[in-house]
Amino acid sequence: MFDQAHLLAILPEITLAVGAMALLMVGVGGRDEERGELVLWLAVAVLVLAGIFVATGEGTVTLFTGSFIVDPYARMLKLLALVGATVALIMSLTYWRDTDGGVKFEYPVLLLFAATGMLMMISAYDLIALYVGLELQSLALYVVAAFKRDSARSSEAGLKYFVLGALSSGMLLYGASLVYGFTGSTEFAQIAGAVQPSGANLGSSVWCSCSQASPSRFPPCRSICGRRTSMRARPTPVAAFFAAAPKIAAMALLVRVVISAFPAVTTEWQQIVIFLAIASMALGSFAAIGQRNIKRLMAYSSIGHMGYALVGLAPGTAEGVQGVIVYLAIYLVMTSGTFAFILSLRRDGKMVEEISQLSGLSRTSPLMALMLAILLFSLAGIPPLAGFFAKFYVFLAAIESGLYALAVIGVLLSVVGAFYYLRIVKIMYFDEPVESFEPMPRILAAVLGTSGVLILFFFIYPAPLVAAAGVAAKSLF
Amino acid sequence: MSYGWPILSTVTFLPLVGALLIFALRGNDESTYRNARYIALWTTLITFAISLLLWRDFDPATAQFQFVELRPWLGPITFHMGLDGISMPFVVLTTLLMPLTVLSSFGAIKVRVKEFMIAFLVLETLMLGVFCSLDLVMFYLFFEGGLIPMFLIIGIWGGPRRVYSSFKFFLYTLAGSLLMLLAIMAIYWEAGTTNIPALLTHDFPPEMQTWLWFAFLASFAVKLPMWPVHTWLPDAHVEAPTAGSVILAGVLLKLGGYGFLRFSIPMFPLASAEFAPLIFALSVIAIIYTSLVALAQTDMKKLIAYSSVAHMGFVTIGIFTLTMQGLQGGIFLMLSHGIVSAGLFLCVGVVYDRMHTHKIDVFSGLVNRMPLYAAVFMIFTLANVGLPGTSGFVGEFLTLLGAFEVNTWVALFATTGIILSAGYALWLYRRIIFGTITNPALKAIKDLSWREVAVMVPLILITIFFGFHPNPILDVSAVSVEALISDFKASLAAAEQARFALAP
Repeated sequence: MFDQAHLLAILPEITLAVGAMALLMVGVGGRDEERGELVLWLAVAVLVLAGIFVATGEGTVTLFTGSFIVDPYARMLKLLALVGATVALIMSLTYWRDTDGGVKFEYPVLLLFAATGMLMMISAYDLIALYVGLELQSLALYVVAAFKRDSARSSEAGLKYFVLGALSSGMLLYGASLVYGFTGSTEFAQIAGAVQPSGANLGSSVWCSCSQASPSRFPPCRSICGRRTSMRARPTPVAAFFAAAPKIAAMALLVRVVISAFPAVTTEWQQIVIFLAIASMALGSFAAIGQRNIKRLMAYSSIGHMGYALVGLAPGTAEGVQGVIVYLAIYLVMTSGTFAFILSLRRDGKMVEEISQLSGLSRTSPLMALMLAILLFSLAGIPPLAGFFAKFYVFLAAIESGLYALAVIGVLLSVVGAFYYLRIVKIMYFDEPVESFEPMPRILAAVLGTSGVLILFFFIYPAPLVAAAGVAAKSLF
Repeated sequence: MSYGWPILSTVTFLPLVGALLIFALRGNDESTYRNARYIALWTTLITFAISLLLWRDFDPATAQFQFVELRPWLGPITFHMGLDGISMPFVVLTTLLMPLTVLSSFGAIKVRVKEFMIAFLVLETLMLGVFCSLDLVMFYLFFEGGLIPMFLIIGIWGGPRRVYSSFKFFLYTLAGSLLMLLAIMAIYWEAGTTNIPALLTHDFPPEMQTWLWFAFLASFAVKLPMWPVHTWLPDAHVEAPTAGSVILAGVLLKLGGYGFLRFSIPMFPLASAEFAPLIFALSVIAIIYTSLVALAQTDMKKLIAYSSVAHMGFVTIGIFTLTMQGLQGGIFLMLSHGIVSAGLFLCVGVVYDRMHTHKIDVFSGLVNRMPLYAAVFMIFTLANVGLPGTSGFVGEFLTLLGAFEVNTWVALFATTGIILSAGYALWLYRRIIFGTITNPALKAIKDLSWREVAVMVPLILITIFFGFHPNPILDVSAVSVEALISDFKASLAAAEQARFALAP
């Protein structure tokens, strides 16, 4: 029943879970600062190890009686999520060192648990497995969101996040129970066989995908309910982590559910996805214009980017999913680089978050400004930077399926979005310099530099990523 | 003729090498700036020299693409470059203007010289890439990539309202080109390729042609610019530094006209024929309206900018007459305008460097202090008006000839534009050059320096040479234009036949 191939397939999850528990032991041994850093680096090692296990996997394996699947799609997205988690973890090091009296060992351990949950979400092929993965991730994230224990605002942010998360979990369970009631199964493959594009089945499936997308997991709703406080109160490295890996996992999950479990009712869920895409793009574009705080601006920008990724999901085709994967990969690089920049904004030992403080940065630290400018132009989707290719593939898929209105609205909203990215470039390049920042810590400089260079030179050799995404997307169909 | 090395890639990407060299320079003192300037100058000069090889070895007897390079890049999207008689002159125009603008900015740009030269060299690569691309996606990459350096050039080194102007420039053009991007995607799914030579022979369904044609129009009309989406241009011109204005007027505006020639007409012939009257109407309005607006300007750069819009009106009329004369005239006028408007903006730059303003009423009686300058300015002004013996005349004459053949009313209204252009251009000249010096600050103004003369002389020589002897340019493009027209007529005839075959 449980042979070696199966063991190999879940090796990454096992590594993460065992690693997290082992590190918990290491951490309890003492509470000094050194130990926190040790745990952090060990956690990085565990993540890298899990990444290697993911990358070396081959073929498609289904296990636990069809509730867990490891295919090229899962491997690709797991890799992305692990890279996002690893980079965010490494980047947090300097922040904890300078602000909160050292790394608290719980932080890396919680991140490892969250990563375990994400991998399970990505591989889930059954509603129950999906729920378990999601909750494992969420529970860890609730704690992380409230990680600044002494700050009332941080606790408030964590609590709000928890209440919303509980609500959405409830709705998800309700939807899942409806699906089970109508189809008699929780396995995606069997649901797909039972769902027909007519009658009551339809209502349940729609409800399910709706609750999938609803609060806390999904940006548009999340931002409406009290995101403002939670974004500001979150420590910056936590915000950096939230911006990448969990979004990738949530998007991966959504894609898998609607493509694998509800292929027969594509036209029904397509309407919801189109609505969500337009709402996210519009909110991300318009709400970000008035922001003065760079963290808040990035939060709205990430909402917009999830909207663009959804444009790729809307057609429900392999090309579209390929576009989503390319989008997520490039988004991961851009967002990591941007947060490395934000984390390094320190003046007189304090974090600076006002955009106006970047004034004249191109003269005080030209390289840093250049790298951020590259990332911003890329976020705006200007060729030949990587962000253009991300948008190119999702819109290509939308056009193929004849979703012209969605495509036109999408590109016009991206012009609106370009405005606020340009505004930052303007402040850095056109305005007069103010006093300079503290020099960038090496680790952050490395992350920012790497992502800037990757984004700038992506166009020289884009084929490998696009081809890999194509293979991954094909495995879903 | 083929080379052992990829000559087109060399021409296109050589400026990037120069940009990297400047990027590697350390320090921020005067000697680093000096090095940066000379690296930029030499890079652009060498690029120009290599592009002359292209002109020498170009075979004008064939409409095929030449110097073709084809490499795998992104699956069905390939790295594909080549030139024909329509694109080749534009490549040489670009490489010619670059060293002159770099030289002209030696004195004008005093801060952040390294960044300025890098932005300029990157811009050159992107502009050359547009003309050389034989793949739609690659074309788009270069076409839109040019926004980034130009945005920075206007925004960093521009005048007082630079922020407003640079944003307007960027967002306007971005909105236009994104619609074209969607059209490119639709083309990809319809034809299964983005290879331009293959697409030129592909027959798109008539319904689809209309939509695609309008999507491309959105982009090219903004870029060219055509009335009523021209409003970004005067702002961008006024605020841009001299070198930026020169490149904007000299090359970037031509991308729109080139796009009509390369895509709209050969790929969507039915739509082009159907909507040619629309283009005529917009162009005639542009010519008359912007000429009148030019008369009312109080800023030299703005006046020249509006005159550019009017001239581009002639270009679009010429192109959409779809006659040999009209098309060749349109191409010739674009090239000529590239030289003449560059010269005019450089002339404005000369007095701007001395007085730091381009308001017309500040200047008067310049001829008393600057006789050389007055002569140079006169030649460019007359070329702009279209005086016989200058290159401006040939282009305007040919486009009007083509228009007359197709629609006399269009020709009639367009010709009034020439009269108006004489009005605003000569009036401008009278106000700033003649009369007596009333502004005491002008009493000590100096005439052209040797460097300014070195920039102006080549442009003057070209203006006059091609005014008397336009054949080199006309011959180079003749075969390609003929092929364009015959393909166009063939598609129209085929569509006509299909219509009759369907009729009961």
